[in-house]
Amino acid sequence: MFDFTLLINAVYVISATLFILGLKLLSHPSTARKGNLVSSIAMFVAIIVTLLDKNIVSFEWIVISIITGSVVGGFAAKRIEMTSMPELVSLFNGIGGLASVAVGWSTVLGNSDLSIFVLFVTFLALLIGGVTFSGSVVAWAKLSEKIAGRPLVFKGQAFANVLLLVLVCLSAYLFITEPTLLTWHYLVIGLALVLGVMVVLPIGGADMPVVISLLNSYSGLAACAAGFALENNLLIVAGALVGASGIILTNIMCKAMNRSLVNVLTSGFQAVVKNEMKIEGEIKPLTAEDAFFVLEAAQSVVVIPGYGMAVAQAQHALKELQTLLESNGAEVAYAIHPVAGRMPGHMNVLLAEADVSYEQLFEMDEINARIDSFDVAIVIGANDVVNPAAREMKGSPIYGMPVINADLAKNVFVLKRGMATGFAGVDNPLFFKDNSRMIFGDAKETINTIIRQFAD
Amino acid sequence: MIAIYLLFILMLSVFVGFELIRKVPATLHTPLMSGANAISGITLIGALSMAGGESGQWATWLGAAAAFFATVNVVGGYMVTDRMLAMFKKR
Repeated sequence: MFDFTLLINAVYVISATLFILGLKLLSHPSTARKGNLVSSIAMFVAIIVTLLDKNIVSFEWIVISIITGSVVGGFAAKRIEMTSMPELVSLFNGIGGLASVAVGWSTVLGNSDLSIFVLFVTFLALLIGGVTFSGSVVAWAKLSEKIAGRPLVFKGQAFANVLLLVLVCLSAYLFITEPTLLTWHYLVIGLALVLGVMVVLPIGGADMPVVISLLNSYSGLAACAAGFALENNLLIVAGALVGASGIILTNIMCKAMNRSLVNVLTSGFQAVVKNEMKIEGEIKPLTAEDAFFVLEAAQSVVVIPGYGMAVAQAQHALKELQTLLESNGAEVAYAIHPVAGRMPGHMNVLLAEADVSYEQLFEMDEINARIDSFDVAIVIGANDVVNPAAREMKGSPIYGMPVINADLAKNVFVLKRGMATGFAGVDNPLFFKDNSRMIFGDAKETINTIIRQFAD
Repeated sequence: MIAIYLLFILMLSVFVGFELIRKVPATLHTPLMSGANAISGITLIGALSMAGGESGQWATWLGAAAAFFATVNVVGGYMVTDRMLAMFKKR
């Protein structure tokens, strides 16, 4: 049979180029969709040309896998609610990890004479892939509230983790020296799965943006390791692109919380900081009806959403309010904190779903520069990301974290269910400021009440 | 020597990745992640030769499983990313 190796690799070069072009087009919302299309074409040609590989002798399993995989993937993509996007992305991360484990394992099972280097990278593919899979499943369970979102810690966990790492190193040695013994395969994969669970369990719900980004990066790195094992250039290039993307996002999320990655990963182990500081002032509640009169007179309004907006599904009501405010002559802007929600860009997708133009979504720094010019700031389901303690209370656990300075707007409306503290467990001085009013109740209900007032 | 050559490719692609993704605006971070999910389904091309090869039954089955998982990632990842990006509109 004719050997297509040269052709396959030439097409891989084109494919890699298209992946890079696709990512480049993703740098602006107006070209992003085209970028995704270019990237999918890159994937398509790579898959088609790979089918010419001379090692492929039968196609029945390939056809079965691809058809069932397409059905499952397509179904998930069509059916998923936009609010459940963090769950879907973490599941997809996990599945990516699982694919790398299977490819890595298949490599050692199919060949008996592998070099130490190939065995080592195969070990990495199994380890990173396994960690990605079990870690993502735990992250998914936390996000969908199948298990408690708070950090889960038990006594001696730190010791158990150190022991686990030692065992992982040991299993690497055993796997590389005796690659034909199946026991060591099970050991490596088993330890990787346990490690993934142990890494994600102690991390709390509000730190999920970091975890998802990190697991996203791992799924790329696992593909990269599999690429080394198979000596496949395209796998390495594509895996590295995904790995780099995840690392950048992780870094952005950590910076937005003024914490290091190590701090986020070990935060569950640290004692909860009790702050002794007393906040002066009193809470001033306001009814939705009274809020309407202020909003009616407002020239400019900034909305600051947080995870509570996703929980209350309030994005469509918000858009309706925005339209009313705009027809009333007011300017409406949205201020999005990088860690608002449960994954990077979570708020932006929900608002886009509600048809809010992306030109009205502003990043923290842009809005902070002119926050004092806004007549009203509506804080909806956000807490820590608008906490002025981060700016003015030295010693507060979140001191130094960059926040949206909602308190500097002329009036602040805080839409909140009750007086519970945010994830960090820190009191929020914003609620006690002279210019802020609390509107208690379900955020969507509150907004709908205001909308009805506009209609009257 | 092949290891060194592969490491070269890795090093260069990591730098390209950093440069490209730094320019992605915060508003597109979720589609970026799901798009990256789809790209990490590139393991499919590695899985194909295992699923269609003849290096033992176990290797074949694992290859087929890998091909299934990777296809879920590829198809699901690209479709959901497209669905999201279609929602990002100017007024």
